[in-house]
Amino acid sequence: MSTTTPAQQRVSATGPLPGTLRLGLARTRYEVRGFFRERDAVIFIFAYPVIMLAIFATVFGQDGNSIDFGDSSVPFAQYFLPGMIATGVMLSSFQNLAIAIAVERDEGGLKRLRATPLPAASYFVGKIGQVLVSCVLQVTILLLVAALAFDVPMPDSSAAWATFAWVLLLGTATGAVCGVAFSSVPRSGRSASAVVTPIVLVLQFISGVFFQFDQLPSWMQQVASVFPLKWMAQGMRSVFLPDEAAALEVSGTWQHGAIAAVLLAWLVVGLVLGARWFRWRRRDDG
Amino acid sequence: MTSAPAVEVSALRKAYGHKKAVDGLDLVVEQGEILAVLGPNGAGKTTTVEILEGFRHRDAGDVRVLGEDPATAGRAWRSRLGVVLQTTNDLAEATVGELVHHFAQYYPDARDADEVIDAVGLREKVGTRSRQLSGGQRRRLDVALGIVGRPELVFLDEPTTGFDPQARRSFWDLIARLRDDGTTILLTTHYLEEAEHLADRVVVVNEGKVVAQGAPADLGGRTARQALVRWTAADGPHEERTDTPTAVVQRLAQTYGEVPALQVLRPTLEDVYLALIGRTSGDADQDAATETTEDAR
Repeated sequence: MSTTTPAQQRVSATGPLPGTLRLGLARTRYEVRGFFRERDAVIFIFAYPVIMLAIFATVFGQDGNSIDFGDSSVPFAQYFLPGMIATGVMLSSFQNLAIAIAVERDEGGLKRLRATPLPAASYFVGKIGQVLVSCVLQVTILLLVAALAFDVPMPDSSAAWATFAWVLLLGTATGAVCGVAFSSVPRSGRSASAVVTPIVLVLQFISGVFFQFDQLPSWMQQVASVFPLKWMAQGMRSVFLPDEAAALEVSGTWQHGAIAAVLLAWLVVGLVLGARWFRWRRRDDG
Repeated sequence: MTSAPAVEVSALRKAYGHKKAVDGLDLVVEQGEILAVLGPNGAGKTTTVEILEGFRHRDAGDVRVLGEDPATAGRAWRSRLGVVLQTTNDLAEATVGELVHHFAQYYPDARDADEVIDAVGLREKVGTRSRQLSGGQRRRLDVALGIVGRPELVFLDEPTTGFDPQARRSFWDLIARLRDDGTTILLTTHYLEEAEHLADRVVVVNEGKVVAQGAPADLGGRTARQALVRWTAADGPHEERTDTPTAVVQRLAQTYGEVPALQVLRPTLEDVYLALIGRTSGDADQDAATETTEDAR
């Protein structure tokens, strides 16, 4: 039996703890790499909006059909592109994080991290960083496909691109934060996609992603107006459709103020609920 | 000069509803030792360890881990700790090399990631994604991630469950080398053989309390350690408990010459353990049987 050796007293003058932001960037690299290795999820998240755009633009745009308003009209592909961008952002942020974090929690990955000196903030910086990277990539792919395959004209004013940028960023942040909060809802990692996907699908249908929003029943419009997707899609329409197309909106204007307000409100709701609900351990783990 | 113990626990209590998971548990882990915590499922081992790791809050009692209260300790404290949880299946898509290098960044004074990979014997698997590792390799990866931060204290929760004998042996060598580096190790296990092989001291927990502790060879006290001499005489089998089996055998030899069906039995740690938890728990045999089945899976 070995005797208890006195621990070789380590010169225990450990260096300073690594910075939160530096670790956040290290997490971002780790998360991005991990994300792109989950091939099924990547293909779904990236291909889904593109395929939907192709289907809807092709089906509704047969025989040169277009959406008319006043004296002018836009092709279906151009009308649907903004909704698909909004959908893509929601998939990359909300759906992606709600499922991924639920699975990570279920598999014990979060608990493992909790046992290390990694700050919680660095973990979330990593998640947000990964979401930003995939959102930008996703939107780029959508814009390229829309411009090259469907001849959708890109906006030519810097004001339009500025709107594009803030709606994209705010929408991504809101989706990510809500995704973190919602990841605590599914009871297990396996049930996560079964819980999250239908919500995302329903929101897509009632928020004017697949249909012309002004033709939906008004009660449906009102329900959709509670949620961010409708507003993100509307914000993107204000970027990619001509100004006169605001006539197609329910209110007859683009409502930039309301868009910012609703997205910000959900951002705050997501932050508060996320902070209250977030757990490092599984629910059945005490 | 004596250094403060790595872990000090006194009168620890934790209940889930009406069930007392930990019920007045006392525990000391000295610096540099390997302490094995044994006990049936539901004895309070995991709850205790998770309180020490800072995952759970206690209802009552004093807890000091590396001089701090785990309930309030911060990042600096965590950086001195290594935690190897029970089997998980996270981290599937990252490679061994990526993971060890990545986790090393979390710590102020990490070990060299490549040296850690060598130490756990995963050099050949450095480019393999963790989902493709065998059970034993996967556990080695868990240990690598647990020790890459150069922890002073490592918690190992059932580290070798599901290992084949050879993998278990080489895992033990790895843990012994850690101890030789001065790392304090708190190990929970279902394998008595593992405790016997690795631990300087063993603590047996049952129903939320420590029911026995000591070096593996001393556990259970003198009576539990007595040898059992068995033989068969004309009137049937006999047995005698004794501290001096040689003297008994000598006496028998004088009586019988060649003693019929002579056996001298020493209780194994397992015998002692089963007696210990049987003494305090009516259904301990059943628990032990359950554990065996679980281990067999």
